[in-house]
Amino acid sequence: MNLILLVLAGIFVNNYVLSQFLGICPFLGVSKKVETSAGMGVAVIFVITLACAASWLVYNFILVPLKIEYLYNIAFILVIAALVQFVEMFLKKSSPSLYQALGVYLPLITTNCAVLGVAVVNMQKGYNFIEAVLNGVGGAVGFALAIVLFAGIRERIQYNNIPKAFEGFPIALVSAGIMSIAFLGFQGLIKI
Amino acid sequence: MDIMNIINPILSIGGLGLVFGAGLGFAGKVFAVEEDPKIGEISSVLPGANCGGCGFPGCGGCATAIAEGKAPVNACPVGGSAVASKIAEIMGVVVEESEPTAAFVKCGGNCDTAKNKYEYFGMDDCVFASQLAGGGSKGCSYGCLGLGSCVKACPFDAIRIENGIAVVDSEKCTSCGKCVATCPKHIIEILPVNKKVKVQCSSKDAGKAVLQNCTVGCIACKICEKTCKFDAIHVIDNIAVIDYSKCKNCGMCANKCPKGVITGKRPTPPAQPKVDVAKPAEAPQETKAE
Repeated sequence: MNLILLVLAGIFVNNYVLSQFLGICPFLGVSKKVETSAGMGVAVIFVITLACAASWLVYNFILVPLKIEYLYNIAFILVIAALVQFVEMFLKKSSPSLYQALGVYLPLITTNCAVLGVAVVNMQKGYNFIEAVLNGVGGAVGFALAIVLFAGIRERIQYNNIPKAFEGFPIALVSAGIMSIAFLGFQGLIKI
Repeated sequence: MDIMNIINPILSIGGLGLVFGAGLGFAGKVFAVEEDPKIGEISSVLPGANCGGCGFPGCGGCATAIAEGKAPVNACPVGGSAVASKIAEIMGVVVEESEPTAAFVKCGGNCDTAKNKYEYFGMDDCVFASQLAGGGSKGCSYGCLGLGSCVKACPFDAIRIENGIAVVDSEKCTSCGKCVATCPKHIIEILPVNKKVKVQCSSKDAGKAVLQNCTVGCIACKICEKTCKFDAIHVIDNIAVIDYSKCKNCGMCANKCPKGVITGKRPTPPAQPKVDVAKPAEAPQETKAE
């Protein structure tokens, strides 16, 4: 039960984009079309799940025994970058169609701070392996949800009559802020 | 101090890096995808500026599209015919000669010929200036502001500001279209280099308004339209527009234009003997001036 709550909390309550403001760059950059934002969301779910598992292993089996936990940032960045590269190569070989669909978003995730953020949160809260992976899944699904919703809003905004000064990014930022306020409504529903 | 405090991090993080690097290198071999060798060959021929002038994401995207036959061999506007012929060799097709093109600033209103509404002391940026009330300081609302946004946009150093207006060096210009996209007045156009006849004005104002602001503006008098024997130049929306598929580059319109808006005047050897007879003393001076 706790595990399900953990996933739900990751999606709604602790949404990485709208409540913790991590991963804003792809959230704004790749949200012009629902289609591409969905691609980005799927790619993020994929990478965060793997990255959570890999970073948990590296932290608990390498950094903790050697008492060098303070190096977690460098170690996690290393793990995530290598992992994304590997996933890209693997997909290119094994599933060219998925590789084509994810396109440029896959390497972009290397620089997505939400990935690092989830790994760091896992470490700070002292989750076990399964909790860490599920927290990652929850957070990633939350990211995907936020970016797809936001892309839908932006697609509609395009056809609205917006004051000239607000066209483009300004109105996108305003709507992102309002979305964030809406997600604040989930705050406190689940305490983890 | 325990020396292991230093050695442990170095070894573990360095080791991680080494393992990941080796793993990725190994994975690169195992998961190597056999790409069309043509893609590599084509991208080595392309200029590699990644300017996006072809409409694909960078030179790699262009190379892939050419190799897959989705783009013509002369898809790269920057490389021109030299690159196109090399790519055609790789692809094994005959290249259609593409006409060289270059950007052209359709405004001749420099500091001497065009009036300003006021002195502008603001940011050196056309996009910024054009958003001011009245669309910048130039009397003509269609004219080149001369603040050099296109110069900054040009990746090939082919545009300069001369006496208050932008001038394109057609030798250096690669038709990538960066300046066309940047210019807030939309007065830069990619035109064929070989056609010397170009309308150096963009004003859609009526003749009187043009006359007030500029001495080299198109006043829509339609003399060019009447002069042209090939039906290639027409006055549309108070501005002469040349249809380059019909233009024979004869330069008659340029000769007749009362405001000198059209470039590429025809050299006048046929008129020379007449001048000789009428004013023999002045004839040599004229040839010198030319």
